[in-house]
Order: sequence, then structure tokens, then C-alpha cells
Amino acid sequence: MKKRRNTSYWVAFSIVLALLIIAPLVLPEFWRRFLTEILIWGLLAMSSDILIGYTGMVSFGHSAFFGLGMYGAAAALLVFSPPNLWLALLFGLIASALIALFVAYFSTRLRDIYFAITTLIFSQIFYVIVFTWTEVTGGENGLNFPRPRLGIPGLYSVPFTSETMHWFVLAVVTASYLILRRITRSPFGMVLQSIRENEPRTRAIGYPVERYKIVAVMLSGLFAGLAGVLYAVQNRFAAPDFIFFLVSGETVIFNVMGGIGTLVGPIVGAGFFQLMREFLSRIFGDQFPYLIPLGVVFIVMIIFLPQGLLGFARRWLNR
Amino acid sequence: MTQSFISIWGCEMELTAILFSIPWDQILIQTINGIVTGMILALIASGLTLIFGIMDVVNFAHGELFMLGAYIGVVVLATTGNFWLALLIATLVVALIGAAIQVVTLRPLIGRDPLTTILATFGVSLILQNYALWQFGPVARKIQEPFTGHFTLFYLEYPWYRLVIAGLSAAIIGGFWLFLKYGKYGIWIRATTQDRVMAQAMGIPVPVVYTAAFAIGAGMAAASGVLFGPLVGVNHTMGLDWVLKAFIVVVVGGMGNLGGSIAAAIFISLLEAYASIWVSPAQAVIVSFIVLILTLLFRPTGLFVPTPK
Repeated sequence: MKKRRNTSYWVAFSIVLALLIIAPLVLPEFWRRFLTEILIWGLLAMSSDILIGYTGMVSFGHSAFFGLGMYGAAAALLVFSPPNLWLALLFGLIASALIALFVAYFSTRLRDIYFAITTLIFSQIFYVIVFTWTEVTGGENGLNFPRPRLGIPGLYSVPFTSETMHWFVLAVVTASYLILRRITRSPFGMVLQSIRENEPRTRAIGYPVERYKIVAVMLSGLFAGLAGVLYAVQNRFAAPDFIFFLVSGETVIFNVMGGIGTLVGPIVGAGFFQLMREFLSRIFGDQFPYLIPLGVVFIVMIIFLPQGLLGFARRWLNR
Repeated sequence: MTQSFISIWGCEMELTAILFSIPWDQILIQTINGIVTGMILALIASGLTLIFGIMDVVNFAHGELFMLGAYIGVVVLATTGNFWLALLIATLVVALIGAAIQVVTLRPLIGRDPLTTILATFGVSLILQNYALWQFGPVARKIQEPFTGHFTLFYLEYPWYRLVIAGLSAAIIGGFWLFLKYGKYGIWIRATTQDRVMAQAMGIPVPVVYTAAFAIGAGMAAASGVLFGPLVGVNHTMGLDWVLKAFIVVVVGGMGNLGGSIAAAIFISLLEAYASIWVSPAQAVIVSFIVLILTLLFRPTGLFVPTPK
């Protein structure tokens, strides 16, 4: 019985994956890039789902991990010549992991709203530092850098096109999804979910709750940094705007719209948000304040659809 | 003998050199500046902490209410030319808007996880901020000071208006405090903060009290927006900076603790003002971040709260 249900999940998974693989072959250039960006934002939102959906901590500071991942990648791409994709990944991940460790150490002492505010303020600290430290970070203008080539050192290498970029991002996002899915179903993930359900009880059973929370924040920050690296490689720039807390807010919006605690939901939420934004600016022109109707939709969803778009499928997705 | 005398003398020289190298005039100016901003910040933060204390809502839209107040001030000032009328109308209008926001977005969320209220008010702040951008454009507007008198402070012509702001803010906060302490409805608010179930049982209309508290907080934010408008330009992002500062103040002062917030507002503003003698104002913000981190590390319940026994 259980096995058959799992099969239906994997069939659906393969169909979606196959559609995403062939998508760049049929889509025009603009929508190809659009889809790639949705995947990157989805990865960012998915990383924060580990905290929001599985551990029950709403992080309003994911922009810090995302942005520092970008700047880490930027450092590697600017320092090493020729620019190397894998070094960019490594540097971005190290940068975001260090920041995540720092933030986690302080913020996990607090719960609920205090956690949200603390992470928010930490992301603003990094924003101010990056914004004012012009010599290193380029200040307000950010950094521009060349795009690395896709390849395995010594074996083969090709320049990125929008198709290969999409496939590369898709591969990273899919791998991250599978890893995160595995983690949330592991004993470690179960402890996180029990912290969400009843923290004092988890502590009473004997789990070191603080340590679990720190690891959860770091894990989440690491994947957010990964999304930052992908974004940097795709757009060839890093800017302080991506550390500003509005990015964190959008991340939370993606989560809530798509459905927290589902991992796939945040990606769907990111897609929904970006598509709505695109359609609104197509219909009403570029100057249209698309965030007004989107904000209304967001509030309506919080009140009437707190489970999000994929909330109805949560049990099935987590099986 | 002379040798040691000289060395002591040299040491004293150093001490006086250090004392002289401290820019006392600048420190005095920054003290006044710090108190002025501190009072404004206290006015914003006391609304925020009232709303948090009474209904566990972290109002992300508070900075936007501040900004909206400033914009309404701009509009009323342009039509009537009277600053005090602008202050009054902006306060009342934003209080009404606040009540409407509370009824539409927050009332349906009563009894849900407090985190959902952060999300809902974040949505409200996005809407208000983009509305302001759409309606008024990205160029900063100016509010004319109601009077332009100056007095001489060292080498500086210091505007009287700044002192008036500090005084007015203090008066509004004081009036609010008296209202909470002695007014019938103030007592309702305090009772609801302490125990909402018991308050309901005693016949206090708790949902109405919620809406009223939100409206009062919004009105106070709007008043500070109008008062502060002449010092900086009014633009659509002004709420962001202030709401963050107000958050820091509210956490440092102890969530839901009015007196603590006021003390913390002045404390942090003074520190930032002193820091901006040596570094740029953009970097001086880091000082308040550091205060926040230290507070969270050593006194997570807030600096200005008595230690729980």
C-alpha cells in the first residue's frame, strides 16, 4: 500500500522534472531566463522552509545568507582568473555558512517573534556593512564580474548559454530538493518537526534543542547561499539590494503563498508571485505598483488560505 | 627629582591633551540632537510597544503609518498652509486608517499564531509603501517648519523647532501615559494587556479595545511623522529605517514596556549621535545593532526591565 503511494509521488516528480528539462527547448529566451530565475528564488524560499515549515521559526533575515552567497561568489570570480564556477560555489557556500553560524549563535536563543526580529536586524547589519564598505564591496553599485564557464576542470568546459544555465540551475535545485527532502524525513528532521510541535517536550525528552536549531539555521543558510551563488552566476553582478530585508520578506511571501512545510510549495509560491508580477506589469505597464495587488492577495491568502496553494497536498508531498 | 617631576608633568600634558582633543562642543550639540531624535523615536516606539503589549502583534506596518502621516501632513499643509492643522488632521486620519487596517487584516487573525500577524502587517506595509511611491513619486517632499527661529550654539545656528519637537513629543507621550494611568479607557487598555480573558469577563469590549489601541498607536506614529518631516525629506522609504530602529528600541526596552521603550529610544539615539561624531551616520546605525546584540545576549527580556525574581 505504502509503496504504491510512493510510486505515484515519484511519477509526478519525474513528470515535473521532465517538463522542466525540456522547457528551455520550447520556451523563448525571455521566458527561459524567467523560469531559471523562478527556480533560483524557489531554492531560496525552499531553504527558508526548513526553518518556517519544519522547525517553526520564521526567519526574516534570509536575504543575508542569499546576499553573502552572492558576494562570496563574486569574490571568487573576481580574484581567480580565469573565473571558476566551482570556486565560486565553494566561496559562496563558505561565506553564507560563516554568516549563518554567526546569526544562528545569537538568534536561536530567542523564539517566535523575537527570532524573526533578530534575524531581520542581523540582515540589516550586513546590509549596512556591505553598503558602506565601498572599497571592498563596491558599495551601492555592487560588483560586476565575468560569468565562469561550465565544466569539469581538465575534462571539458563550455561557456554558459541560457539553456545550459537553466539545466545547471535545475540540476542544483533538484539535488537540493532531494537532499532537503531526505533531511526532513531523517531522524534529524523529525527532531526539528518535534521542536515545531512542542519545544519544551522535545527538550524534556533529552534533545539539545539549541544545538538542533543552530544546525537548522546553518543548513537553511547554506542552501540560501547556494541560491545566491546561482543568482550571481546567472546575472553576473552582486548588489547590496539583495541583502536588504525586502528580499527576506519576499522569501517569506513565497513560502506562505506556496504552502509552508512542503519544500515544493515555496518554489510554486515563487513561480506564482513572479508570474503575477509579470502579468500585472504587462497589463498595466511597467510603472504599475504591482506590489499593491500582490500584497492584497498575500493578506487574503494568510486569512483564508493559511496552508498556501499546495497546503492540501502537504501529507502527500511529505510521505 | 626633576626627572620624575618632568615625567609626571609630561603625563599630565598627555591627559590634558586627551581632554582637549575631545570635541566638547560637538558632544553637547550631539547630545541635543540625540535627545530630539530620541523623543521622536520614543513616540514611534511607544505606539509599537502598546500594540505589541496588548495583542501580541508586531506591527511591521508601523513605519509606513509614520510615513503616511508625513505625507498627509504634506498634503494638508499644501492646501491649508497651517502646520498645526496638518499635524492634527494627519494624526486623526492615520488613526482611522489604522483602525481600518486592524479590523480588516488583524481581527480575522485573533487566536492564530502571532507570527501570522507579522506576515499580515508586512503585507500591509508593502501595500502602503508602494501606494505612497505610486501616488507621490520617488522625489522627496518637504514640510516647511512652522517657525524658523534659531539660537546660537557655539558655532552653530541651532533651530528652535528641534527643541519644540522634543517638547511636543514628550507632551504627547506624557498625555498618553496619563490617559493610560487615569483615563477610564486607558484602564481598559491596561486591563486587556494584563489579562484579556478576565477583562472580557469584566465586561470590557476587548475587540474594540484592540482596534482603539491600534488606532492610537497609528495616530502617534503619524504625529511623529509630521513632526519629523521638516528635518528630513518625506519620501516613501522613510518608514523602513524608522521601523527598524523602533524594533530595536522595543526589544532593548523590553517588549510591551512603555517606560523601557522611552528610555531605550533616548539611550540608543544618544549613542548613535555620539558615534556620528567620528563615523558617517550610515555607519553609526551599527552602534544600535551592537546594543541590540549585547542586550539579546545578556538581558534578552530587555535592558530597562527589572530582573525577574
